[in-house]
Amino acid sequence: MSGDGPVGAAVAADARPAIPRGLKLQWEAAQEAHVLLFPEGQVLLNGSAAEIMSRCDGVRTVAEIVADIERTHSLSGIAADVSAFVVLALGKRWLELRP
Amino acid sequence: MSATAPAATGLKRGLPLWLLLELTYRCPLHCVFCYNPTEFAQTGAELNTAEWLRVLREARALGAVQLGLSGGEPLVREDLELIVAQAHTLGFYINLITSGIGMTEARIRSLKVAGLDHIQLSFQDSTRELNDFLSSTRTFELKLKAAGLIRQYGYPMVLNVVLHRLNIDHVGEILEMAERMGAQYVELANTQYYGWAWLNREHLLPSRAQLERAEETTRRFRERVDGRMQIYFVVPDYFETRPKACMSGLGSVFLAIAPDGTAMPCHAARMLPGLQLPNVRESDIRTIWYDSPAFNRFRGEAWMKEPCRSCPERTRDFGGCRCQAYLLTGDADNADPVCDLSPYHHRVTAAVARAEQAGSAAAGGVREQVLVFRDHRTSIAVVPGEPAGRS
Repeated sequence: MSGDGPVGAAVAADARPAIPRGLKLQWEAAQEAHVLLFPEGQVLLNGSAAEIMSRCDGVRTVAEIVADIERTHSLSGIAADVSAFVVLALGKRWLELRP
Repeated sequence: MSATAPAATGLKRGLPLWLLLELTYRCPLHCVFCYNPTEFAQTGAELNTAEWLRVLREARALGAVQLGLSGGEPLVREDLELIVAQAHTLGFYINLITSGIGMTEARIRSLKVAGLDHIQLSFQDSTRELNDFLSSTRTFELKLKAAGLIRQYGYPMVLNVVLHRLNIDHVGEILEMAERMGAQYVELANTQYYGWAWLNREHLLPSRAQLERAEETTRRFRERVDGRMQIYFVVPDYFETRPKACMSGLGSVFLAIAPDGTAMPCHAARMLPGLQLPNVRESDIRTIWYDSPAFNRFRGEAWMKEPCRSCPERTRDFGGCRCQAYLLTGDADNADPVCDLSPYHHRVTAAVARAEQAGSAAAGGVREQVLVFRDHRTSIAVVPGEPAGRS
């Protein structure tokens, strides 16, 4: 799970990221963090990463995820941050794109 | 969100995040490279269902989240579904590590319902002949059937093949088999020399040329499949000059429970002399993890000897593997001799040199008479210690 896949420069605003089959995202009280679990490994997500990952359901587009986070937390201008994280997560195979 | 950029990091040390339950030492296979203790048949009775469920509850309360169910062959346990169901309810990420023998449609269906997250299936080789020889069974077809069930029930296809001198030249064929089976992940794990593998080390350690060919084959295959399949090639550490950061340091994230309830900071730790391993029948997991001498024995750096004690790399590799230090130097506090700063490093290079000489002789055929197959009868008779055939 440490191998990196191909990494693009950006992700399309209409792409629909999802957590791949076999991976699991959950809040871990003992680690005080959202954790993405996969066989024999895990990554700790900070609050921002967890906000993004928890919305990656294969239905919502990147643009909709950005809008939802901005609305929920009264933020603006986070599109570049979200895009950069989604690109990173795709490269690490923490996310995949759905048609 | 604007204040903190999204980020992901590794893990915190200090909690038993990773729990491995070796549910049974019983196994239909008799693999020559098994890491189980060679004296497994002389250990106590297996924990019962209620005891395993209590272990799950207590470990989860301490923060354990990654659960491996292993053995032996965990499918031998008829209460596997109950254990999985309890683990799922508690919020574990559950990985079944299996040979596939005993997997039926009825069982995989009930395991799926119980909440099993992931299955890792082992193969011994790409050919029926060598697979069956290395496991001393006729199981290749059964494994293929298990693979079909794993796919059918929507699990990612994850294969694990332990590599050694007798099958490492088949890496290309092994990868092609994995591709035909629709594997998403393949772990090519070179044998680690503990337990039965230590006993058979002189017959299993590949030559450097074999290793390099296998790595090259893997690299080319990786290019060809272009991301459709992820392949992990775990290099045998005997060929390295720095040790692995074994278990991220003993007592830092990993907790293994043997079939008889023995709690271990690493699944091979039973071999370490003088380590009074606690048992879940006598202590709760909290006491075992935080208070037992065995789990505190290798925490921190006070136990280290030179060259580790003053080495700037000690915070990265924690001195390497304690079991390997013990097996190769006779003292578990020494640096793992894989490290070329260890005064015992020549013992590793000598084993590799012997493999160079033997490698050419073994390439043509399998030397059946000298391998020790893991079985109950041998386990009663075997004396832990030097690998077979060492001169």
